[in-house]
Amino acid sequence: MKYQKLLTLAAVLVAAPFAQAGQITVKGSDTMVILGQKWAEVYMKKFPQTKVQVTGGGSGTGMAALQNQTTDLANSSRPIKPKEVAECIKVFKKRPTEYKVAMDGLSVFVHESNPITEISLPQLEQIFTGRITNWKQLGGKDEPITLYSRENSSGTYEFFKEHVLQGKDFAAAAQTLQGTASVIQSVAKEPKSIGYGGAAYGAGVKHLKVKKDDNSPAIEPEEKNILDQSYPISRYLFIYVNPALDKDEVAAYLKWIRSDEGQAVVKDVGYFPLPPQWRS
Amino acid sequence: MTPPDTTPPAAFEWRSIQRGRRLRPLEWLVERGIFAVSLSAIVMVFLIFLFVAREALPILFGRMDSSVAQEQMTVEEMKALPEAEQARLVDMSLRDFREEDPETIELLLEVKAEEMQTIPDDPDIGANTVSWRYLVFPHQWTGYDQPEYIWQPVSQIHKYNIVPLFIGSLKATLVALLFAVPFSLGAAIYVSQLAAPRTRELLKPVIEMLAGIPSVVLGFFALIVMASVLQDFFGYQSRLNALVAGLALGIAIIPVVFSIAEDALTSVPRSYTQAALALGSSKWQAAWRVVLPAAIPGVFAAVVLGFGRAIGETMIVLMASGNASILSWDPLDSVRTVTATIAAELAETVFGGHHYRMLFLLGTLLFAVTFVANLVADVVIHRLKKRLEGLA
Repeated sequence: MKYQKLLTLAAVLVAAPFAQAGQITVKGSDTMVILGQKWAEVYMKKFPQTKVQVTGGGSGTGMAALQNQTTDLANSSRPIKPKEVAECIKVFKKRPTEYKVAMDGLSVFVHESNPITEISLPQLEQIFTGRITNWKQLGGKDEPITLYSRENSSGTYEFFKEHVLQGKDFAAAAQTLQGTASVIQSVAKEPKSIGYGGAAYGAGVKHLKVKKDDNSPAIEPEEKNILDQSYPISRYLFIYVNPALDKDEVAAYLKWIRSDEGQAVVKDVGYFPLPPQWRS
Repeated sequence: MTPPDTTPPAAFEWRSIQRGRRLRPLEWLVERGIFAVSLSAIVMVFLIFLFVAREALPILFGRMDSSVAQEQMTVEEMKALPEAEQARLVDMSLRDFREEDPETIELLLEVKAEEMQTIPDDPDIGANTVSWRYLVFPHQWTGYDQPEYIWQPVSQIHKYNIVPLFIGSLKATLVALLFAVPFSLGAAIYVSQLAAPRTRELLKPVIEMLAGIPSVVLGFFALIVMASVLQDFFGYQSRLNALVAGLALGIAIIPVVFSIAEDALTSVPRSYTQAALALGSSKWQAAWRVVLPAAIPGVFAAVVLGFGRAIGETMIVLMASGNASILSWDPLDSVRTVTATIAAELAETVFGGHHYRMLFLLGTLLFAVTFVANLVADVVIHRLKKRLEGLA
């Protein structure tokens, strides 16, 4: 213990002359708020000269703040849209720099008593667009399917819509809830239901294995499968920055986030660390 | 000789009150102050309405276009266009465009070309979905089997049909009124007419204490407890639905309806009851056949206030209604109300974009609905009062 403290002190003393006192503001995705705050907390413990301030509001809000230059870094759970890039270029004269900072996999949940163990992407598309409405059509009991979805302001909703529903609309009957935790809570209570959300969540419900199409193998939403991208519903989480600001503390912070140390934090809060080729 | 008659000071003061002597400066100030405060309340309501309506104006007058149709062009093709066309493509004024350096323009055009690639291949891309035709009438969108009322604002084609939302709001509100009005009226009649004084002293504050429950706590209770209990009992399909949300809303409006109805019933002169009792009617008959009809305008006002509170309530419906925008009158289906839609979606919209303005339009319409409801209620109350006075 004593040595550890001494070592930290030494590290701080050595690092002190290099690190400048500064403040970094981070804004954006609600999915990433907890992750961002954890990063900030661990980082500030290590480099007390730098103050990192993290707020949420949604990926879109973060992008707007990046354009208005009211934030240094923008968290986003989806890739930036061309319209947003254009707004940034008008201000920065350059494209914003994109950093992949973590991975997330989306799981499909059903009630623990449900006999079904695997599902394919085309089947998911038909279920969530309202074409398949009975578990019988999937080889389950003769019961209607109750759909749980997320609110349309969430990045998870957009990702699922784009990659699983191929851009089609969710069935009108899908109930929309405010967070992955409420989806899980509802699915855990209802034998007939199906929902989706972050793969790291979810005790009390059954995670289905997912097949890319009807003939491919069913893959479990586990860290190994998400990292090698064999699991079909995974995504990156991003941080965007104005290239002019990407120096000194900001650059150091971004580098630290993508280092092994920063990536260890990712696992603590329930996402998946980056594959080695994206790390710094 | 007696001196000329001078009024003694005491009498003078007494008479001056009778005649309304000019106010003392302080009193005048206080009176003006109170007047200013009440006037500012009116002005405030008006200003809030103006602000909300202003954001919705482009849609109201059909001056907004949400169509996503665009030509496909390469950067070279765009560069060959005249300057004004290029400026329009990158969404800049011609002057800004001319002052911008060529590298930035090049970048912007590149991004524009990328954007053009993302446009879906869909026959509906040219539809201006914020025009009234799409807002209130059903349309057969690509991929649907029949014309439908669809609210799907985050989508390749932004679908903004407001009908399911308003029906959802009305449905939840109706369930709430059907549940709350009989209960609170019954309680009001009992407390004001039948209960012994000690029971009344206990019951009245306890019911009014319901008003102190924060709506988020009620919503939480409905989401976790009521939803499961009701589903186990009735065994229906969706756990969160208009019934659950309506019952929770009902609990929220019971104290409002109760306390106003109770006031109205209590203010009916005692002589009415006494006369009825003297003629040999029972206590119950006197309350039901004499006092209640005499208090009808006040009771009606209570119900209207309950309606206003229920249709404007947000947190409870956001948590307990399931938020699925289905068009149906079945109370066992999930509903998405206007208020919950605004609350859930506003944070993620592009400032000044069509989704943002659409939500403000919803707010304006909701405001209009409650305003009209209050107005109609006021007229009805006046008529009822006149009729009652005419009969008396």
